[in-house]
Amino acid sequence: MALLDIEGLSVRFQTSSGLFAAVEGVNINVDRGEVWSIVGESGSGKSVSMLATMGLLPWTAQVTADKMAFDGQDLQQLSSRQRRRIVGGEMSMIFQEPMSSLNPCFTVGTQIDEMIKQHLGGSRKERHERALDLLAQVGIPDPARRIKAYPHQLSGGMSQRVMIAMAISCNPRLLIADEPTTALDVTIQAQILELLLRLQEDTGMALILITHDMGVVAETAKHVVVQYAGRQVEKQDVKSLFANPRHPYTEALLSALPERAGDQDRLPTIPGVVPGQHDRPTGCLFNPRCRYATEHCREVEPVAAPDDPARTLCHYPLEDGISPSPAAAARDNPQSSPHREVRP
Amino acid sequence: MSRDAVLSAVNLTRHYQIKGGPFSKPATVKALNEATFELYPGQTLAVVGESGCGKSTLARVLTMIEPPTSGKLTISGHEVSLKEGQRPPAALRREVQIIFQNPYGSLNPRKTVATMLEEPLKLNRKEMSAAERRQAALDMIAKVGLRPEHADRYPHMFSGGQRQRIAIARALMLNPKILVLDEPVSALDLSIQAQVLNLLADLQDEFGLAYVFISHDLSVVRRIADDVIVMYFGQPVETGPAEEVFTTPRHPYTQALFSATPVADPNRRRERVHLKGEPPSPLAPPPGCPFAPRCHLATEACTQADPPLDSVNDRVKVACIHVDQAVAKYARAG
Repeated sequence: MALLDIEGLSVRFQTSSGLFAAVEGVNINVDRGEVWSIVGESGSGKSVSMLATMGLLPWTAQVTADKMAFDGQDLQQLSSRQRRRIVGGEMSMIFQEPMSSLNPCFTVGTQIDEMIKQHLGGSRKERHERALDLLAQVGIPDPARRIKAYPHQLSGGMSQRVMIAMAISCNPRLLIADEPTTALDVTIQAQILELLLRLQEDTGMALILITHDMGVVAETAKHVVVQYAGRQVEKQDVKSLFANPRHPYTEALLSALPERAGDQDRLPTIPGVVPGQHDRPTGCLFNPRCRYATEHCREVEPVAAPDDPARTLCHYPLEDGISPSPAAAARDNPQSSPHREVRP
Repeated sequence: MSRDAVLSAVNLTRHYQIKGGPFSKPATVKALNEATFELYPGQTLAVVGESGCGKSTLARVLTMIEPPTSGKLTISGHEVSLKEGQRPPAALRREVQIIFQNPYGSLNPRKTVATMLEEPLKLNRKEMSAAERRQAALDMIAKVGLRPEHADRYPHMFSGGQRQRIAIARALMLNPKILVLDEPVSALDLSIQAQVLNLLADLQDEFGLAYVFISHDLSVVRRIADDVIVMYFGQPVETGPAEEVFTTPRHPYTQALFSATPVADPNRRRERVHLKGEPPSPLAPPPGCPFAPRCHLATEACTQADPPLDSVNDRVKVACIHVDQAVAKYARAG
């Protein structure tokens, strides 16, 4: 049984112009000790789907799912009191901005202590020992001094270490890290990622890393979910994702990476922008930017084929880098195909 | 050399004085120390380093927003000599333009695109008529890949990538020779980043622009730079042609920076050059080489004196007394 089992997760927000589906049809099933990554550009709904899992969205959000279970417990059926016991304890999260996630009015020690008190209990002395131990575990030099520090006295990297110490203070079985290194420099990013992976290995917890950086995905995750405009477009293990992306969006995204462009004169680009709330196209959400799109793509919303392990959300999933779409055939061989498309 | 440098900097230095308060002593922050380089038309010089290494201070000095504390800055053959608080000649200012990182903060929300593009002409080209200015703005809008109907829209109606195009258009209105790009694509999504980088490459070819490209993203720098300056703690620690610096990084910091950058290839597992700790505080600089406290090759001698930027060969300069060891060790780690 999977540790986190989510099927068909959707999050909708009531806005002045009607319901807006920020996330739709996300499936993720994380086993114990696995490292997953959710990757996507801004507005792809990667944070919202994990916040929904944690139950941290405001009441205006309508969260629905066919299945949303953590360790066999249905998260949708739990009372908020029961859910609070899981969130922060067995399932915890760290956020992008370490500087603004910590409370500036309390010392680091107090904030870690609060977590331990809430979930594990113990005497004041035991909790203090545990907090010192945690700070040492996340690689903070001189924990006895740092435990009395206020967040403004710490650098970005140190604050993120404190956040990690708080998140792992109750031995979680699942840690969700939402862009944990985006605000940090590369050398500090390398330290933090290494720390997260070491802790993951030592404790055997599962880790979900939300990121937009393909380099971070390649170096850390084993399994990857790719999201676009709130939809999960594909799900694969990391090696096959980079070798054989199934969705045209993933393929385009990978080839837009400067380091994969090779000696070409120009970088391959994806035309246009991610659709916002008001300009969502009909049919497949990616069709205005897709080089393989056909009339069918513009009219009919794709569903993942039931026998596709990657659950690619595309009418014409790529096979070994080749699209079966008639538009691709028409482009490669413009004379012979009757399906030639005139692209705007 | 047959070509003339459009910009040259010799020992460019910028220090800031921090006033003492009731609980602190006055101090000097050495934000930029002895930067020396030359920039040629049609070339891109990349400045690489982490936050606080003086990249943006360099941008401010090059664009004459701030005068250097010492050192010599020459732009198109004219030496810029400024005293504190003095304004540079307008003719020189026109030659250097800057594009900032955040396209959300650098455009005036109350002006339309056309107004923003026409403003520099209004101030500097008094002989132009309103119709000519409008035409020049429309031409530039087309050049940066926007449509004519965008001219009368306001910044909030555009996406991040489009705003960066507007910022680029505005910078080019007075036909500058040098464009200082301060992290121009780091606020953009990957798919948009590629579009803007291509645009910058096209404009460089068309106008023969020289770019000073400030970035922390090494994969972008490797793609577009001709020359690289790696900075640490306000000082250049390694300079040279991009190709050579990327294939054989020689300074231990450059090596650490390169190996810390994640590579989008899951089959590649590398031995990292580990970097201990964090950059030092500019208020309490370590003795000797500023990188010594984090360096795996540091010896007693490193804490004695700050190593000067020395030539390794006729192209590359490195500020490290253990260059040979660093190169040998990096080659072994592969």
